[in-house]
Amino acid sequence: MIAVKRVLPSVAVIAVIIAVWWIVVRATGSVVFPTPWQVVTGVVELVRDGTLFEHIGASLFRVGVGFGCAVIVAVPLGLWMGWVKGAYTTLNPLFQMLRPISPIAWIPIAILWFGVGNVSPIFLIFISSVFPMVVQTVAGVHTIEKRYLRAAANFGVSRATLFRQVVIPAVLPQIIVGMRIGLGVAWLVVVAAEMIALRSGLGYLIIDSRNAGNRYDLVIAGMIIIGLIGLLLDWVMRLLEGLKVVRWRYVH
Amino acid sequence: MSTSTPAKIVVENVGKSFATEQGTLRVLDNISFTVGDGDIVAIVGPSGCGKSTLMNLIAGFDRPDSGSVRVDGLVQTKPSSSGILISQVGSVFPWLTVQQNLMFGLTDHDQAEKKQLADHYAEMVGLKGFEHRYPHELSGGMIKRAELARALVVKPEILYMDEPFSALDALLHLRMRTELLRILAQERHTVVLITHDVEEAIHVANRVIVLSSRPTTIQATFDVPFAHPRKLSSAPVQELRAAILRELGVESYST
Repeated sequence: MIAVKRVLPSVAVIAVIIAVWWIVVRATGSVVFPTPWQVVTGVVELVRDGTLFEHIGASLFRVGVGFGCAVIVAVPLGLWMGWVKGAYTTLNPLFQMLRPISPIAWIPIAILWFGVGNVSPIFLIFISSVFPMVVQTVAGVHTIEKRYLRAAANFGVSRATLFRQVVIPAVLPQIIVGMRIGLGVAWLVVVAAEMIALRSGLGYLIIDSRNAGNRYDLVIAGMIIIGLIGLLLDWVMRLLEGLKVVRWRYVH
Repeated sequence: MSTSTPAKIVVENVGKSFATEQGTLRVLDNISFTVGDGDIVAIVGPSGCGKSTLMNLIAGFDRPDSGSVRVDGLVQTKPSSSGILISQVGSVFPWLTVQQNLMFGLTDHDQAEKKQLADHYAEMVGLKGFEHRYPHELSGGMIKRAELARALVVKPEILYMDEPFSALDALLHLRMRTELLRILAQERHTVVLITHDVEEAIHVANRVIVLSSRPTTIQATFDVPFAHPRKLSSAPVQELRAAILRELGVESYST
């Protein structure tokens, strides 16, 4: 009952938006802009011919590879930059300069280097998600409370133990925050990248539906599916925040 | 009593200054004292007098500008597991369970031995049954017990306690103090206890060093010649308490 009360307002807002949308399309008699029901039938059509899952699979594959590579690079790099002062002072200015460049600005270079295959969007996703994760990881190392490092020094543990049992667990919550930001950006970017250069993926679905006969029902269907999958990805990252080893960070 | 035991810690003419925006701040000025093996020495002083600075020097986390700190005859250059610091803020790792925290400092044992030792000390401090809990699932007093056990399990020769129980409420504070005395009766340690609580100093220590305000020097030293368990309300104890408080500039009318 309480759960129903909590979700009720947001469900109501969505219902109102759909209703207004429906009424406006009917009232204006638009032949291009679809009604909500046309969007539903569009989705059914995509599910029937199987292309929807191909597009979703293609987008998720690109995000998976690009984001995975970014995690593999960003976490060790961030730990190193956070721990070794020289590495930080050397690399941080470069990263601070590269970070504000929109991943979209890299598209021409990606096409030049990697052509229009799968590698270009994977590269763009990598570029877009690696910087926020490096920055978060570095910040995580820099904010480890000194009392914990002192305790580790007091017990005279080895460097390996210090990293395994103090530094990495202390930074892990920040790494997860970085991953959540990184995955969010990656999902934004894959769609944008696919709009420009490819023959599969949800971004391609949207652009192709418009170009091939003004199928705006499929455009909106694609948008809604992108939103839902984005929500799902964020929910998965939130599950990581619930892990026992990081829960201490979110308790107080 | 302190002169009859061999010297464990020798603090000799220690001075320490810090650079601030207003110039150099002289925190410690020419401090010398000796702590015998098995001694329990309390250091009291007004707040901001550099008690924690002194503790950092003794425990090896910082170096004095002048003079020296020797432990077992060797100049203290870095912290080591033969002397564990327990501070007011505490440093029980929140991402490890009680058992994992207790096993953290054990480097020379196999896994089964580590577990056994950890559980033994968890039981000693009254945390039996909580070995697999995380600190955020425990109360403040239990976290302090875990910290104490984590220190004891590595069998340190010295316990450096910097206002260890100050963050606890008065009742819990008193209970932890009694527990500490019980444990110290079982396991022999040399203890340096920094506190602003004169009663705690008299309750636990066999010698009390009173520090002056900055630049800090030793103002007075008192022996606490009472056998344990000490009755804090007895007249001689109260007289000693009044004498120490007088040194700290507080007139006590309770005697």
